[in-house]
Amino acid sequence: MKYSLFLGCTIPARSRNYELSARAIASRLDLEFVEIEDFSCCGFPLEASDEMGAILLGAMNLCLAEEKGLDICVLCSACASMLTKTAYHLDHDQKLREQTNKELAKIGKEYKGTVKVKHFARILLEDVTLERIKKETKQNLKGLRVATHYGCHYLKPAYIYEGFDDPQDAQTLELILETVGVSNIQYRRKKDCCGGPVLLSDEEVALKVAEEKLRNVKEAGADCMNLVCPFCSLMFDANQKGIETKSGDEFDIPVLYLPQIIGLAMGFSRKELGLNLNSVSTKELESVLEA
Amino acid sequence: MRTFSLRDLDSDFVDEIESLDFIGTFRDCYACGTCTGGCPVHRVNNDYDPLRIMRMLVLGLREELLKGEMIWLCSDCYTCQENCPMEVKITDIINHLKNLATHEDNTPLGVSTQKKLLMDQGKIYIIDEFDNKKRAKAGLPSLPEMAEEARKLLNKR
Repeated sequence: MKYSLFLGCTIPARSRNYELSARAIASRLDLEFVEIEDFSCCGFPLEASDEMGAILLGAMNLCLAEEKGLDICVLCSACASMLTKTAYHLDHDQKLREQTNKELAKIGKEYKGTVKVKHFARILLEDVTLERIKKETKQNLKGLRVATHYGCHYLKPAYIYEGFDDPQDAQTLELILETVGVSNIQYRRKKDCCGGPVLLSDEEVALKVAEEKLRNVKEAGADCMNLVCPFCSLMFDANQKGIETKSGDEFDIPVLYLPQIIGLAMGFSRKELGLNLNSVSTKELESVLEA
Repeated sequence: MRTFSLRDLDSDFVDEIESLDFIGTFRDCYACGTCTGGCPVHRVNNDYDPLRIMRMLVLGLREELLKGEMIWLCSDCYTCQENCPMEVKITDIINHLKNLATHEDNTPLGVSTQKKLLMDQGKIYIIDEFDNKKRAKAGLPSLPEMAEEARKLLNKR
């Protein structure tokens, strides 16, 4: 299995723990990543202010993968939705496609519609398969109670995602965790957003949305959270201390990326999975695992 | 309760935005309120109300929508759009309204700053020598400082 790896802006600069753990488990699962140096921003940050600019960036990145003849593996859910949405619109709207290709021609590119975009987690499920993940599991994570946060753009808008999961009753991430023995725990308002995109316009509102979720996860007695997007991680992990200070409540919930949890089950070290880079300490999890 | 004069309503607004086919779906809204009921932002700040936005569209409250702050509180989470029984593309519509508001110079600083960063660098964060040293130490491949092609593409328009 060979994919071009789309990192986007946030992961290489702020979420090396996600990149490290994803690359680590990918190599164990024979999932080969090819680097494309010219990959840029996916376009997502432009969607609200310059929708055509967003489509152009999305399309340019799709072209780069097309030139290499490789499908795209995306780690960030916002990037996954932007690139998938761009391909969807360009494949369904001839006028938009012509308009886009006219602009792309100025840098010598043309969108042809030959590559598929998939989130890393979807690749684990559909291409790597659960059987293979199970085969590589060395340490059963039985006893680890995990609250999964699907986030929004991993699943939505549903019309671009071909029904690979159901936004109203998402299962895919928990299916993967089940394979490595984790106890998936349920909590109130599980489908809610992290609040991340509002951070740019109203920090207070954004942090309050995240606070609600942390409170619900805490209430359910989770040992940690599981997620697949660097924006969600920013809200729940990096901002957790600040939310605690503001609200006066203590959450102390480690927030892990999906491949960090799978990596633990595969026997990778803390450092190989970048667990030392998480904001909320993940050390206490080890006592849960050893017990 | 706020009142509006009929003279303030802009009936052309609907035609102006309906040129995009998905936008017209707001006409199917029968005001059931499922959108607002499930909205995670509404729960923490009830100034934000997606149903109100759909009704404001129907009434043609152009100025109120595009000069106000409400649309910018949308977190783009798509909950309303996925829940809508009439399949109104609520989130897509609000996103387009944000674009129209930008044309009227109503953009939060954070959003316009990101646009400027992308016009200048092609990505939000520059990867400098220090970053690449840290990446190399962790066994990660080095990355270019900026995304030149993307920068060119955005600026050649």
